[in-house]
Amino acid sequence: MAASKGFFTDTTLCIGCKACEVACKQWNQLPDDGFLFSGMSYDNTVHLGGSTWRHVAFVERPVPLNTQTDGAFSWLFSSDVCKHCARAGCLESCPTGAIIRTEFGSVYVQPDVCNGCGYCIVSCPFGVINRREEDGRAWKCTLCYDRLRDDLVPACAKACPTESIQFGDLDELRAHAKERVEQLHERGMPEAYLYGASADDQPGTEGLNAFFLLVDKPEVYNLPPDPVAPAKKVKDAWLAAGAAAAGMALAAVGAVFFGGHRA
Amino acid sequence: MGTSFGRGGATTFPGDLVNSDVIVIEGSNMAECHPVAFRWVMQARERGATIIHVDPRFTRTSAVANLHVPIRAGSDIAFLGGIIRYIIENERYFKEYVVNYTNAPAIIGDDFKDTEDLDGVFSGWDKKKGKYETRTWMYKDVDPEPAGGTRESEAGEKGQPIQRNPIQAEHTDETLQHPRCVFQILKKHYSRYTPELVEETCGIPRYLFLKVAEALCRNSGRERTGAFVYAVGWTQHTVGVQYIRSAAIIQLLLGNMGRPGGGIMALRGHASIQGSTDIPTLYNLLPGYLPMPKAKHDKDLATYLRLNTSPSGWWGEFPKYMISMLKAWYGDAATKENDWRYDYLPTLTGDHSHMNTVVDMADGAVKGYFVMGENPAVGSMNGALQRKGLRQLDWLVVRDFQLIETAEFWRDAPEIARGDVKTKDIKTEVFFFPGAAHTEKDGSFTNTQRMLQWHHKAVEPRGDSRSELDFIFKLGQRLKELYANEYGQIRNWPIRDMTWDYPEIGPLKEPSAEAVLHEINGYTVADRKPVEGYSSLKDDGSTACGCWIYSGCYRGGKNMTARRKPYWEQNHLAPEWAWVWPHNRRILYNRASADPNGAPWSERKKLVWWDEQKQEWTGLDQPDFIVKRGPSHRPSKEARGKETISGVDPFIMQADGKGWIYVATGLQDGPLPTHYEPQESIAKNPLYGQQCNPERMEWIRKDNPYHQPYDDPRFPYLITTYRLTEHHTAGGMSRWLSWLSELQPEMFCEISPELAEERGLKNGEWATIRTMRGEIETRVLVTRRMQPLRIKGKLVHQIGLPYHWSTKGLVRGDAANDLIGFVADPNVSIQESKAFTGNIEPGRKSKGRRHATSGRLVKKLPSREQDRDLPKVGHKPESKHGYKAEQTKEGNI
Amino acid sequence: MSDHNGSSAPVWPVLRQFAKGDLFALDGSTAGSSRTESLASRTKTADRVVGSVCPYCAVGCGQLVYVKDEKIIDIEGDPASPVSNGCLCPKGAATFQLVTGSHRVSDVLYRRPHGTEWEKIPLEQAMDMVAERVKRTRDENWEDRDKDGNPLRRTMAIAHLGGATLDNEENYLIKKLFTNLGIVQVENQARI
Repeated sequence: MAASKGFFTDTTLCIGCKACEVACKQWNQLPDDGFLFSGMSYDNTVHLGGSTWRHVAFVERPVPLNTQTDGAFSWLFSSDVCKHCARAGCLESCPTGAIIRTEFGSVYVQPDVCNGCGYCIVSCPFGVINRREEDGRAWKCTLCYDRLRDDLVPACAKACPTESIQFGDLDELRAHAKERVEQLHERGMPEAYLYGASADDQPGTEGLNAFFLLVDKPEVYNLPPDPVAPAKKVKDAWLAAGAAAAGMALAAVGAVFFGGHRA
Repeated sequence: MGTSFGRGGATTFPGDLVNSDVIVIEGSNMAECHPVAFRWVMQARERGATIIHVDPRFTRTSAVANLHVPIRAGSDIAFLGGIIRYIIENERYFKEYVVNYTNAPAIIGDDFKDTEDLDGVFSGWDKKKGKYETRTWMYKDVDPEPAGGTRESEAGEKGQPIQRNPIQAEHTDETLQHPRCVFQILKKHYSRYTPELVEETCGIPRYLFLKVAEALCRNSGRERTGAFVYAVGWTQHTVGVQYIRSAAIIQLLLGNMGRPGGGIMALRGHASIQGSTDIPTLYNLLPGYLPMPKAKHDKDLATYLRLNTSPSGWWGEFPKYMISMLKAWYGDAATKENDWRYDYLPTLTGDHSHMNTVVDMADGAVKGYFVMGENPAVGSMNGALQRKGLRQLDWLVVRDFQLIETAEFWRDAPEIARGDVKTKDIKTEVFFFPGAAHTEKDGSFTNTQRMLQWHHKAVEPRGDSRSELDFIFKLGQRLKELYANEYGQIRNWPIRDMTWDYPEIGPLKEPSAEAVLHEINGYTVADRKPVEGYSSLKDDGSTACGCWIYSGCYRGGKNMTARRKPYWEQNHLAPEWAWVWPHNRRILYNRASADPNGAPWSERKKLVWWDEQKQEWTGLDQPDFIVKRGPSHRPSKEARGKETISGVDPFIMQADGKGWIYVATGLQDGPLPTHYEPQESIAKNPLYGQQCNPERMEWIRKDNPYHQPYDDPRFPYLITTYRLTEHHTAGGMSRWLSWLSELQPEMFCEISPELAEERGLKNGEWATIRTMRGEIETRVLVTRRMQPLRIKGKLVHQIGLPYHWSTKGLVRGDAANDLIGFVADPNVSIQESKAFTGNIEPGRKSKGRRHATSGRLVKKLPSREQDRDLPKVGHKPESKHGYKAEQTKEGNI
Repeated sequence: MSDHNGSSAPVWPVLRQFAKGDLFALDGSTAGSSRTESLASRTKTADRVVGSVCPYCAVGCGQLVYVKDEKIIDIEGDPASPVSNGCLCPKGAATFQLVTGSHRVSDVLYRRPHGTEWEKIPLEQAMDMVAERVKRTRDENWEDRDKDGNPLRRTMAIAHLGGATLDNEENYLIKKLFTNLGIVQVENQARI
């Protein structure tokens, strides 16, 4: 198995350009999500979904950042993405085995296996994964699984003009992220912290393979303060797993007959 | 920039901004409009540089800057003038640099009078002609050759001074104390641009202004450098050129030119906009900033060369460039005896720039129009007037990827929807040709840092799509055939003799772009071998060269623009990546990175220096200087042309080799930037009785009405227009793409909560915005990022409008440019679209948008035209089609 | 086993997983479908990679164009470029859609005077028609001299707009041809 890979999204370097959103759509050949003016700052994508796997949040705040030497206002940007959780709710709930953990430690939905049952959708504590209306299957960020196979950086990280999205070996990313937080603290930004960088930070997911550096509460960025994979909530995990396994077998049979040839 | 430093191009490149200690971004929304170039600004910030964004809006650039300074749109000269005053009053200028490398010590003639003396007008205003007679602005005892009249000074978004006569200061005072020296004149000119004045003009609190001024001063000098970054937020004003001049003065005073991390970074907006001024699709220029001949003056080659050849400085080489160009164009037909067929060139009789073409068109004087890769029905000001012009044409050729609004003006336009105009009444014949994409053709773009980069053809164009190269080439071939029997007429000789023999390649028999590049580079006529660079060009017909400043881009028969040596294999200037004009120099005027003796000002900021042993200039960059000319060289009195350049003249294109703090000749509206209000403002000029730039270009027409100069009760708000990251210009390359369209799917306006409250506007709902030119409907985005400014106790509201949408494409909306009138800068004929007035009301109030082309939109008020100009400035002569401006070079059109 | 197009019934990975005792599907090597196992980046299959430059703003970011079977299959940033280090902005990243999208028209279209619809016409015919109109308009609106006898050698009845999105070589031929036809009103976005 290769070293686990992931994203470190440093929101203090983001300029909100949305290159990540488009580079992702380009590489993965994703359709648009409709043309709706949201009235929410410059965010017309609004959330991650079946055909939007990177989403930049725009937060207008009536308080300045400590690095701004004047003003009473700040505008935060954060490029959201699937977190590829260590305990992934979607994967644990998938009855068909369509969702797998790859050799890169990422969580991948196999489109030729997914039957669109939707269990994963309700099991994601972040609301990342979703079905695409036109084909019924569940889709989300693949961490550019196909690119990783050929040693290419994921499309979003490659395009990002300001290195807000950093891709690499998780161990290195975590070490670097820690240093970055310390550096920002030294520069007078004590509010900087890591979101989901480790199991200690976020027991409910046991840590994220795509983690973030934030400067305000998670809710401000529309991230849950305390996400928990549903299976973790069940006292007897083994029992839960057994039930899931039975469900999987049933669903798998169904999938053979109803899943169709969609890939 | 051309008038200040000698060349119009950006003096540096975005990658060098990482070396800056302070970066002031003003007139540019760099993070949004040039995100990848902004990469370097972010890196500079991470290295500890201070990033300052001066802008009416709090944008994505402001969000990541250390300091956002909200400013009233259209008041930048007051702000920058305030900084100039701060530098002088506090003696923060880089004295050794200023004394040696700028014209600050030059003594100006006794007849010069400043705007301080004349209430906002310089000496020399000719009321009858409606223009300045600029002779009094000259250095003392130097006679600007009068016969040439006013030369073209700048062109397009960037410009190039063409000619300055034998201008070298006769008298100087290196102590900078002489009351008539440039430095003292400068000091007096800006003496009233105090922090208090800045506050009441720009709406910038004193403490904030002082923060910026101090950050700039603190980060300049031997050890530190600062850079300015601007874009069309500065150029699109009736005093646009002077905005840039203000920054040039600051950078010269602080000694930031020609040095790492210094300079002025002009950010252009299109892939080859720099290229299209270097090899100009502009009326007033020939390739390489050679001026188009003027009917009245440039009667023959000898006169033309005499008027354009500078007795001092690099422009002494002028005849070599012109004759080589004529030789490239006419081949064997160009001989010494026939003046190299100079007499084939058409001549100018005035301003023939875009806006004049449009009004001519609207009045029926233009019959045929080619539009290639541009969408004026959306992207140009006063859209309704543009469309009216298109309706009067006999024929129109549009070349684009898809049917843009300009191609379908006859059936898809606001006036058609409203019923003011009927499709079947429009006589214009329209040809739509599908264009080839950059991936379907070979060719070079010149980017914002003067870099020519080659793109290779990847695939053949689909269907009937063809490149412009192919289209023009084959059109030329056809015309040569059509005229084949009419070469008895002299007027057809240029068509006969024009060299047009490019090799045809590939399945589509397209002309070879590389062969065209070869001609642009230049070659020796005898063997057609590419020349090494412009130093090889001759004025005896033995060399041909299509564009002298690009000479060297095909050196040794190698396409230098296609070089792609990875950046990690070379220094940060990346000299082996593509090719930069001139002569692959990456930072212009880099002689100034060394002190007068030729040593770097500091180790930290070294770039180019004099190697005593080798007796030549060397360093990290190609020296932008005569390589073997030592720092101690002083020219003799008899020297002419480039021999006049001394060892301490970093600005070699200038007639005196100095950076021009004061522009003695070459600008039409004054030697020093002066604060004038926009044509339509919310304030009376707080500094002078003269409200607006007296030299501005106006078009007095019913279909181009102006608001009152200020305090127009019908139009109480200030409007500014701009781009968003997610779209491109008039939308031709973005509104048809789903991936971009979904990111910004509708036209909207940005307003403050205070203005929303005042007008009853609600976030996400609709608003109607109106000027006398037209009305549009937009969605409303209420945001704290728009901040009302307090000016003299009065709250001033600004409305922000992106301008990407129109009636076609995946996402639609009204076009902001329909609101904007024709009024322009006199030096470069660029319109004022960054500051004008208008009104806003809630709801959709304009079912069927109205425009001035179909009648009056608002009630008439008494004219207050007289409030724009002092009585002594009076009214400019009016000519055909309502065009009102100075009696131009050649009389009026 | 199925191929990755799913043209035959797959053996469900979940069953394989059970067989291998990998209940939590933590190892893709057992849970991957054959499609998953053969997954690779499409750029790897390209016949050639062509060096290019972004056509949007003037920053001039490097692009690499991947071509397979004479079709563009991907466009992304060129990592070697000192201008952009492989990055692209959203517009640059959308270049693939710009050049391959279905919005592009590939026929020459003609709207006759007072017409209400476009008509398709052959490219060669359209070129002939434009050349003929240029000649006629030029000939009918020639200005030889001004009232003072100064040479004009031009026509003010034909104008051109465009250039900032075009190649230098194209601008050069535009300027050369039009100037020699006596067309002086040649302008571009630089002023707009």
